[in-house]
Amino acid sequence: MNNEIIYSVVAIGIGLLMVIMAVIAILNKKLSVAIIAAGVVSLFASVLFLLMSAPDVAMTEAAIGSGLSTLIFFYVLNKIKRQNA
Amino acid sequence: MLRNLLIAIVLASFGFIFYNLYQSYEPQTELTGIAAHYAENGASEVGAANLVTAVVVSYRSFDTLGEITILFLTAAIISFFLKLSKEDEDKIITHRGTSEILQTASALLIPLIYLFGVYVFINGHITPGGGFQGGAIIASGVVLAIMANPNMTINHTVIIWVESISGVSVILIGVLGIILGGGFLDSTFTGYGLGEFGTIFSAGTIPVIYSLVGLKVGAEISNILNLYQKSQKEA
Repeated sequence: MNNEIIYSVVAIGIGLLMVIMAVIAILNKKLSVAIIAAGVVSLFASVLFLLMSAPDVAMTEAAIGSGLSTLIFFYVLNKIKRQNA
Repeated sequence: MLRNLLIAIVLASFGFIFYNLYQSYEPQTELTGIAAHYAENGASEVGAANLVTAVVVSYRSFDTLGEITILFLTAAIISFFLKLSKEDEDKIITHRGTSEILQTASALLIPLIYLFGVYVFINGHITPGGGFQGGAIIASGVVLAIMANPNMTINHTVIIWVESISGVSVILIGVLGIILGGGFLDSTFTGYGLGEFGTIFSAGTIPVIYSLVGLKVGAEISNILNLYQKSQKEA
């Protein structure tokens, strides 16, 4: 029973952090901060998947969601900045 | 004003829908239907210790074939749009210089990351992970290599051959399933046995298929990242 309470608290905490990061990603004026925040949402999501005992999904989310897609966003941002300069 | 009102209406209707879902939600205490069949017979029919892999590569392998095709299409479209002209291709990116720490660490870490990616897709039927995850891990090793040396080029011929051969081999093994097994992409060949449960050489053709998928995914994502890196040369 005690374990279950700790588990719920951790899960709710990660969920709240995800919501906060998502709001930062939407509202922040600096695009680089927004990209990092969106990557952190994916990172917390992968931890949540792991807590829900879905390690396969967690691995995909961590590698693709928070790793590779963040990087591709930065490449595109860099290209847009250079073309506008 | 009108915009905010519309956003409020959309949020309220979402809230209504999710509240109704939450109200009618009852957690299931036991597996039902086809999930129960997979959980009960997965080990004896497919022989994979990781039930997720058993579903992805054996029971639902046709969906996986679709995913592989989608990823191939994405890579093809990206390479079509990011094609560079000859002059841009020969340009050298001027950068501030990568740090000593990154260069030294990447020399140590890149082989380990590749090795871990290969481990993940070879052991896809025993431990969590598989072809897609392993391929993504290999691609993240390529990311580190590109970061340490921004002017690095990946050998295009090798990528194309690895990708094509592994893609064709997956289909060929699938066709082999029609002849030796129960149908297209069947992972168990009749008369060959499943091997000892929980060892690397078990679960029929699942390790072979997942290794090929891993190579294919790794090659495709590495190619996409290399193209994005090259596209920075264009002004």
